[in-house]
Amino acid sequence: MRNTWQARWGLTIAGWTVALLMFFPILWMFVTSFKTEITAVATPPALVFRPTLGNYAAVLERADYLAFAKNSLVVSLGSTLLALLLGVPAAYSMAFFPTRATRGILLWMLSTKMLPAVGVLVPIYLLWRDLGLLDTVFGLVLIDSISVLPIVVWMLFSFFREVPAVILEASRMDGATPTEELTHVLLPLSTPGIASTALLSIILCWNEAFWSLNLTTVKAATLTAFTASFASPEGLFWAKLSAASTLSIAPILIFGWISQRQMARGLSFGAVK
Amino acid sequence: MATIELKNVRKRFGSHEVVHGIDLVITDREFMAFVGPSGSGKSTLLRMIAGLEEVSEGEVLIDGLPVQNVPPSKRGLAMVFQSYALYPHMTVAENMSFSLRLAGVPREERDQKVRSVARILEMEPLLDRKPRQLSGGQLQRVAIGRAMVRQPKAFLLDEPLSNLDAALQAQMRLELVRLHRELSTTMVYVTHDQLEAMTMADRIVVLNDGRVEQMGSPLELYKNPATLFVAGFIGTPKMNFLDVEVKSASAENLTLAFSNGASVSVLAPAQRLKAGERVKLGVRPEHVALEQDGELPGEIDVLEHLGPRAYLHARLADGTRLVAQAPGDTPVRGGDRVAFRIRPEAAHLFDGSGRALGRSGPGG
Amino acid sequence: MTGTRAAKRLRHLYPGLLLAPSVATLFLWMIAPLVMTLWFSLERYNLLSPGKRTFAGLENYRYLLANRALWVAMGNTLLLVGWVLAITLVFGTLFTVLLDRDFPGRNLCRLLVIAPFFVMPTVSALVWKNMLMNPVFGLCAWITRSLGLGTVEFFSHLPLFAIALIVAWEWTPFAVLILLPALQSLNPELKEAARLDGAGPVALFYHLELPHLLRPLAVVAMIEMIFLLSLFAEIYVTTGGGPGLASTNLAYLIFRDALLGWDVGRASAGGVLAILLANIVSLFLMRVVGRNLEESR
Repeated sequence: MRNTWQARWGLTIAGWTVALLMFFPILWMFVTSFKTEITAVATPPALVFRPTLGNYAAVLERADYLAFAKNSLVVSLGSTLLALLLGVPAAYSMAFFPTRATRGILLWMLSTKMLPAVGVLVPIYLLWRDLGLLDTVFGLVLIDSISVLPIVVWMLFSFFREVPAVILEASRMDGATPTEELTHVLLPLSTPGIASTALLSIILCWNEAFWSLNLTTVKAATLTAFTASFASPEGLFWAKLSAASTLSIAPILIFGWISQRQMARGLSFGAVK
Repeated sequence: MATIELKNVRKRFGSHEVVHGIDLVITDREFMAFVGPSGSGKSTLLRMIAGLEEVSEGEVLIDGLPVQNVPPSKRGLAMVFQSYALYPHMTVAENMSFSLRLAGVPREERDQKVRSVARILEMEPLLDRKPRQLSGGQLQRVAIGRAMVRQPKAFLLDEPLSNLDAALQAQMRLELVRLHRELSTTMVYVTHDQLEAMTMADRIVVLNDGRVEQMGSPLELYKNPATLFVAGFIGTPKMNFLDVEVKSASAENLTLAFSNGASVSVLAPAQRLKAGERVKLGVRPEHVALEQDGELPGEIDVLEHLGPRAYLHARLADGTRLVAQAPGDTPVRGGDRVAFRIRPEAAHLFDGSGRALGRSGPGG
Repeated sequence: MTGTRAAKRLRHLYPGLLLAPSVATLFLWMIAPLVMTLWFSLERYNLLSPGKRTFAGLENYRYLLANRALWVAMGNTLLLVGWVLAITLVFGTLFTVLLDRDFPGRNLCRLLVIAPFFVMPTVSALVWKNMLMNPVFGLCAWITRSLGLGTVEFFSHLPLFAIALIVAWEWTPFAVLILLPALQSLNPELKEAARLDGAGPVALFYHLELPHLLRPLAVVAMIEMIFLLSLFAEIYVTTGGGPGLASTNLAYLIFRDALLGWDVGRASAGGVLAILLANIVSLFLMRVVGRNLEESR
């Protein structure tokens, strides 16, 4: 193959260019978080500057930032837990006791995700208001777990199907009740799949904006609502916003990086091995 | 102590019946093999005995008690799966003691049982390994060990050797037979390999298309196949089948004509046949000899050299293939024109529907 | 024996019992709010004057359909989805093919390319709006000015396109996330055979890699459509739907009517229309995914 080293150089440059271009906004935001406010808005943009941690200190000092962060955490974890509690038995049932209806049920579950949230915004808002769930963490957990349930069931289903049925039969022969089959054999074997499902669910709930913005105001607002409140900027505050944003996205970014391979498998519904 | 009985057992998937009314009895302590081609229903039958498949109709009785509605773990049976089905996340020892753990057996007793089985199977050094660290033969042993720990009334084995290489298969076959003798427990063994069944079993059930073709000891099936299917399935190389026409029939003898005009005289079967009837003549390769003026001339196609023996694959004048057994040093080559003689007393006759025509004289 | 017969019936029910809670939850989620939305859409109901709630038949629909706003919003929705799909699928495929090749630092590049998908949409929108696209302080403005090209006032002149750009930036990594493992599962022996047959890189791409990617591409398109039809956060944070209605999609329009105008009736009617739109799109998609399920079984 001629020009191999040239081809490789071309590839390397192209690859790195694409990667850096895509990552640039995040990088820029990260860098800005260490600038002073004046440096942050300087034109031409300052590439060399004395970094400061003042922004991070300011953000973390703000009691409400921590409250929002706590809400994001609780909502993400709570919704994921609820979705798993509902989804694991459902996926188990469909993966190992398939009936003619199984395919239909799976597709139907997916189709509920097609229902645009905005289509039911009004009744949900009114319902939540009447049930006293507006601006509560529990109310958000409820709606987020429903939003994420179809995806959770889908991913779990595709991971469960990878466990050979013979192993579960062997456990049945060994005397396991269906519950014991689940807890002693299936769950340990599909732990990596369940973990990446959980991670995806956490990511989706953490980044969820529609319901956070509409169903919460002060007490239960999450980081999405918090960052959205800066939509109309007043004065110089970009450096602090960058710091707050970095803090808001860093954990999820890391989560995503860790589990991206597994997530791709589960999400593509078996189209990818 | 376990006698297993099947009474008119049927299995349907939807409206499609795959097992049609099977009756059989497996006596205590016997080694029974279910043999048949894929799709014959042998695995389904085994799984119905195990309780992993529901019986659509009929009864499964263990020691006289019907168990169709009893869950698999309560039937007192243990199963060795074709793919071993070991728990990948547990060690060998944990795999073997799992059933005891579920039953609430205390740890010391569990460990002691596992150790004694491991000793019998000579796999003590493997106890702390995980399945992914073991070879095929070792995995097989663990699967058997797991079944043994349960001290079942009967062992059910679903093609356990089919994933092993040929040499290991031969070795494990002997070990299983030895194990059966030592444990003195009923074993029901499913295989598609008739050689395995022949070498290991006390009795064989030949299944085809969800029905029992014949049941009996290996020797019985070999010497007196009841149907064309059994005759062709049991024995390697396969029995030769030739189309013949009845020339004349008397009370004692039957004269049959081959397509090339030559004829052979055999003992008359119990059923009276008429002249002109067409039947199939079956004869095993060891009963076909190379002979200068044999009644069946043909041309050698291929030779199989097996050391002390050779199998001559030939083609007769009318295109029919014939396999004959000959001493290993027979001086023939592909392309040679030769002739064969069959031993008439070793011939089997089959009617149009594939049923064997019983003979009135001694079998070959 | 009756004990075991009952046990047998329970065994038959068991899988259904496991399935029931999820199905029931999703069913309730679909039915209850849907019915309510339908009902409200037939009422004249404004939260600012809750006492004056009356049945109004199809009045809300007539108003909406006659009103320019709805059609603009629907158009914007479809435009947005169309642009984002086009950009993400095309660039997603190209990036995937690039990242599939072996070059130093490839795995790190992969992580960098995937990162934007995990960023909160509100943060993405803010970063793009303030730090990049801002006509005064933004980086893009600085670049274009340095090149003597003046400034592009993204959110004033090209609001919908600007949003499409931001969303495409967020979702192209998703396409790569799904497509890359799919491409890597292509049997290397196939590539070797093709190369021996004389295929160059373009032919390899067109005849081998692209067909192999068709199925995951369909999956990507489907998932993106689910989320893109109800795009909201980015609009909320950047343009608030403006200027005028230029960047309002259906979701934002309904939100505006509901939580800014407090007009329950009209917002519900809009919601019903949004659901109809989504159903039409999803019917088409279900056939694609349904086919996926069949083949992967």
